[in-house]
Amino acid sequence: MDVSTINPALLVASLMVASTPILLAGIGELVAERAGVLNLGVEGMMITGAICGFAAAVHSGSPAVGFLAAAAGGALLSQLFAFLTQFALATQVASGLSLTLFGLGLSALIGRSYGGQKPPPSARLDLPVLSDLPFFGRAFFQHDMMVYFSLAIVVAVWVFLKFTRKGLILRAVGENHDAAHALGYKVIAIRMAAIAFGGACAGLGGAYISLIRVPQWTDGMTAGAGWIALAIVVFASWKPWRALVGAYLFGGITVLQLNLQAAGVNVPVQLLSMSPYVITVLVLVVISARTRSGNSSAPASLGRTFHATQ
Amino acid sequence: MKRRTLLAVSAAALALSAGAGLAQDTTKVGFIYVGPVNDGGWSQHHHEAAMVMKDHFGDKIEVVEQASVPEGPDAERAMTQMALQGADLIFATSFGYMDSVINVAGKFPDVKFEHATGYKTAPNAGVYSARFYEGRAVEGYLAGHMTKSNKIGYIGSFPIPEVIRGINSSFIHAKKENPDVTMSVVWINTWFDPAKEADATQALLDQGVDVVLAHTDSTAPLAVLKEKGGFGFGQAADMYEYAPEPRISSIIDEWSPYYIERTQAVIDGTWESDNTWDGIGAGMVGIGEITGPVPDDVKAGAEALAKSIADGTYHPFTGPLNKQDGSAWLADGEVADDGTLAGMTFYVEGLTGEIPQ
Repeated sequence: MDVSTINPALLVASLMVASTPILLAGIGELVAERAGVLNLGVEGMMITGAICGFAAAVHSGSPAVGFLAAAAGGALLSQLFAFLTQFALATQVASGLSLTLFGLGLSALIGRSYGGQKPPPSARLDLPVLSDLPFFGRAFFQHDMMVYFSLAIVVAVWVFLKFTRKGLILRAVGENHDAAHALGYKVIAIRMAAIAFGGACAGLGGAYISLIRVPQWTDGMTAGAGWIALAIVVFASWKPWRALVGAYLFGGITVLQLNLQAAGVNVPVQLLSMSPYVITVLVLVVISARTRSGNSSAPASLGRTFHATQ
Repeated sequence: MKRRTLLAVSAAALALSAGAGLAQDTTKVGFIYVGPVNDGGWSQHHHEAAMVMKDHFGDKIEVVEQASVPEGPDAERAMTQMALQGADLIFATSFGYMDSVINVAGKFPDVKFEHATGYKTAPNAGVYSARFYEGRAVEGYLAGHMTKSNKIGYIGSFPIPEVIRGINSSFIHAKKENPDVTMSVVWINTWFDPAKEADATQALLDQGVDVVLAHTDSTAPLAVLKEKGGFGFGQAADMYEYAPEPRISSIIDEWSPYYIERTQAVIDGTWESDNTWDGIGAGMVGIGEITGPVPDDVKAGAEALAKSIADGTYHPFTGPLNKQDGSAWLADGEVADDGTLAGMTFYVEGLTGEIPQ
């Protein structure tokens, strides 16, 4: 068999589906990091969103309610991290890691009675003309709403960070929290909002897996997607558009290698699987080289604890 | 003086508690699982078998379990901890725990270890596995009959002999029933990742595959097949909630009789390291009810095949069979020996693709 048996339209279609959870979680984490908060608890917030969304969708019969609940669940859990790091002044790295462990345990607890249940199906976009286009119709215009919603979030975040005053303030907080504080901005409140946004997005990403990609609930079903989302933020060097590219690259390579295997093409599977990470490492090297020349893209206050002294 | 009294009291307390421990005489049995206990498949089934065993023995034993233990150093830590906490017998239920079991067994000669699906033993560490390839022969038979596109798919976890045996066995029997059949194998390098299992299923469907066999632990492939069409099988557990379609049968792990037998041996003091490998005949591999749109004659044929394997009149690896490269493996009527099966690292003739190294 050969590569020609792979239908590019189907490949693009499944690429978009596979990338959506990590894109959602990644864009949320990107905003939190732009505010200077390094939240390593993405995996925990995703899995919590996955079960909150699943449970809500099963009980309400509506996927939309499920996604709202997922966003709420992720945001709520993220406030635990916010409390620990912003008020108790705990280390962000340790707090984030424990948030992941906590989220995994909590979701397993909530999910105990949901094994084997089926969530309500999500509607697909069906535009009369666009869906029928050759290639493009199948590849781009026959997805569920969340795929487009995730793209909309990327655009919104880009506009917010680049063109709005609030975005500027958020970036200022991330770059130099002392200066932002001196100017009278409420560093802690802004960071809590950014963390909540990150949590909500991670929750949506998790629910995308449990409601659409797999449609079922299983413990630990995000299986490391949150860590990939973290890698994407670094890969993107904290820029929304690059996060989109990064997510589609990570998701795309996963899907591509599965399709190549299914088509019987002999590819070194491990090589393809690790390639996004190799690229991330390369990006990191480039970033650190730039840092030496005084031109880093990472928010300068990233991961630092803020404590108002004046 | 006071200190001495304190010492004497604590020594007495220690002696008492030790005495109490002996008097209680409960056997502590530990289980280590690679996935969560409700993964719907492999780990859940070990857990359920452990619970059956617990009910069987009642107060005579104490069961401790640890789920989602990653293969590698974590497994070694988990088992060491269990041994230190007084476990008499530890079941390690994933292939990747193999070296950890041997290491920990060396440190605790009085604790008995049982490793599922491995091949390394020690005086206090035995191995047990089921001949799942017998069940996969039945799946292959059904797959060969039920495919309309003549394309069947197999989701492989890790390229280890256990999985390769399953691929070969199902392919041989699909091909026997349907000479036009081809099989696509997708390796995903994980036992448990529902999203990736779903993507792999989707990739196979995109290639025109309409029957998917899986060697991974979740029900994700069946969930995708239910939505997109096609047939699949329950794996490790019956997964009957997906019947009649897409699940048309299943291979079920039946561990509880073995767990009861081995725990009894520890209680009786007759436990010895061994190497157990039983199949359909001994009841270690169960074939789930054949459901759905499977025609009656195909159902009867599959059941006859299972029966002939169970009573030993037929072996799934019976020649003539060639290896993938066309070289001869088994002559006409020759049956593969267990050593070759246990270390199987090659595809049989007709399978395409390479086994990742």
